[in-house]
Amino acid sequence: MARPALLRSRPVVAGLVILVLGCCVPLVGSGYVLGLLTVAFYTAVFAMAWDLLFGFAGEVNFGPTFLIGLGAYTAGILDARLAPNVSLWLCILAGAAAAVIGGVVLALPALRVRGPYFGLTTLVAVLMLQNMVVVFAGLTGGEIGLSVPDVMSVSATANYWIAFGFMVLSAAILYGLSRSPIGLVLQASGQDPVQAGALGFNVTKHKLFAFIVSAFFSGLAGALMVFYMGTASVGTFVDISVGVQIIVAAVLGGRRTVIGAAIGAVFLIAMGEALRPLGELATLIVSLLALLVVLFFPDGILGMLQGRSRRD
Amino acid sequence: MLLWQILIDGFAISALYALGATGFTLIFGVSGVLNLSHGAIMVAAAVAAWALAGLLGAGPWTAALGGIAIGVALATLTYFVTVRPIQRSPRVAEAEKEIFILTATLLWGIIISETIAYFFTNNAKTVLPIVEGVVNWAGVRTPSNEYFTAAVCWIAIGLLWVLVNRTRHGKALLAASMNPRGVTLLGIELSRIHLAVWLIYGVLASVAGILLGMFLGVSSYSVGPLTASAFSIVVLGGLGSVSGSLIAAYVVGYLETATAYLVSPAYRTIPALLLLVVVMYLRPQGLFGRR
Repeated sequence: MARPALLRSRPVVAGLVILVLGCCVPLVGSGYVLGLLTVAFYTAVFAMAWDLLFGFAGEVNFGPTFLIGLGAYTAGILDARLAPNVSLWLCILAGAAAAVIGGVVLALPALRVRGPYFGLTTLVAVLMLQNMVVVFAGLTGGEIGLSVPDVMSVSATANYWIAFGFMVLSAAILYGLSRSPIGLVLQASGQDPVQAGALGFNVTKHKLFAFIVSAFFSGLAGALMVFYMGTASVGTFVDISVGVQIIVAAVLGGRRTVIGAAIGAVFLIAMGEALRPLGELATLIVSLLALLVVLFFPDGILGMLQGRSRRD
Repeated sequence: MLLWQILIDGFAISALYALGATGFTLIFGVSGVLNLSHGAIMVAAAVAAWALAGLLGAGPWTAALGGIAIGVALATLTYFVTVRPIQRSPRVAEAEKEIFILTATLLWGIIISETIAYFFTNNAKTVLPIVEGVVNWAGVRTPSNEYFTAAVCWIAIGLLWVLVNRTRHGKALLAASMNPRGVTLLGIELSRIHLAVWLIYGVLASVAGILLGMFLGVSSYSVGPLTASAFSIVVLGGLGSVSGSLIAAYVVGYLETATAYLVSPAYRTIPALLLLVVVMYLRPQGLFGRR
């Protein structure tokens, strides 16, 4: 896996470019553009958290929305019940904690199995959560959605900066983690768990750690997004199609890069918006495009930028 | 009364589930592929039959045959567009192929269902039943089509069993699911077997889809739940085990029907999901699966 130092830092370069671009947007963009990008940035965190699990730990999690939904609904329900007495930020932290706990409960049995079984378990978790939201409609608002009394800010610019700052921070932590010794062990366990185990690394422990980190960021981002939108609904946080979008974003941007996942998410949201005039065809075109990328550029957008020299 | 109703309805629904899941598990057993466009192919076949009957005025048998043709064509296309290129791609690492195929078939399924929604709208479509009328049996009035559905499903499953266990080509399929390398050493082209499995799968999924269209009606909204239910049945029974899938289909079918009748139709899928969770915790390889 020896790669020239310059190429290895290419995601960092891409990240810096995004950083500069992101700082310039509030100067020129309208409230509409800022609002769109705010959602895109939260989606970017979802995708990056997913990439840590898939790209590095080698576990395909079909239920990113289980973790996101847990975070979002926990934060939302707490806020709706205890609104004036409890600070909004406490609710957000509780959301992240709930996602971590849910993640551990899900991961402990799921990590005993490999490959498709892990994916299946996570998929079932999403279906369960979706059903639970509908069953406990009194608490969760059911299919109509849960509206929360607090919002983070009414200013589009402030919301933009919160989302942007959160994304940059998460990207830095997740990217740093992926390049750290822990990230390398994770990558080794993902590619060959038997050999990684033979080298004396506790594969399950590392994967569980990756799952917890992934759950933390997913839950946190989900909780933050609730207080940006002012409402939590199955359609925006839990539905399988949301999870599909996150997975597509990560694969589209380039798996195993963390930064690529963020690029993919922003690209996907922007594409969806740009194609909106086409109505129902928009989803079709985005899926077709994603399929073409998966088939012909398996290394994703960032992989294309890096060229073929990436093959080792 | 209610008991008989549950028994009869549950039997028909379970037979449908069994047929749908059989094809799904067959592909996994032979080529190790989980086809996430399963629901989309079922719905496409049903919508094709509906369109042939409704828009072109074809008879129910012709429409059903047309639907099967479309379904088989789509299944073949799925194999050539999404599965084979990834299986042969030198740029995707062997360990990641599974995930790439899952993603690709998922996207392919979305493409199919969005195309259907674009041309035929999201409205639910009911395929004209082949058998009409109502049967009064054990004090329960049941549409004859329900009995027809169960019969067709079991005949199809029976034919599959004969094909796999009693014919030369079928035995090659079975052998490929046990030991692909051994089959190639015997001079049998593995890619041909894969294509054959996808063709068989296409027939099974389309028949199940069309029968479902006659029974309950389909729309592009049913794509996700259909894939998910085939998925859960196959997991419950054990990936790759056909007999396991059949039993699991009946467990899930009866659980759902009983919940719908005795508790509330809104909670229909929950007990089956709970059972699935319990099985995943205690016996992740499924009831009859191999690791």
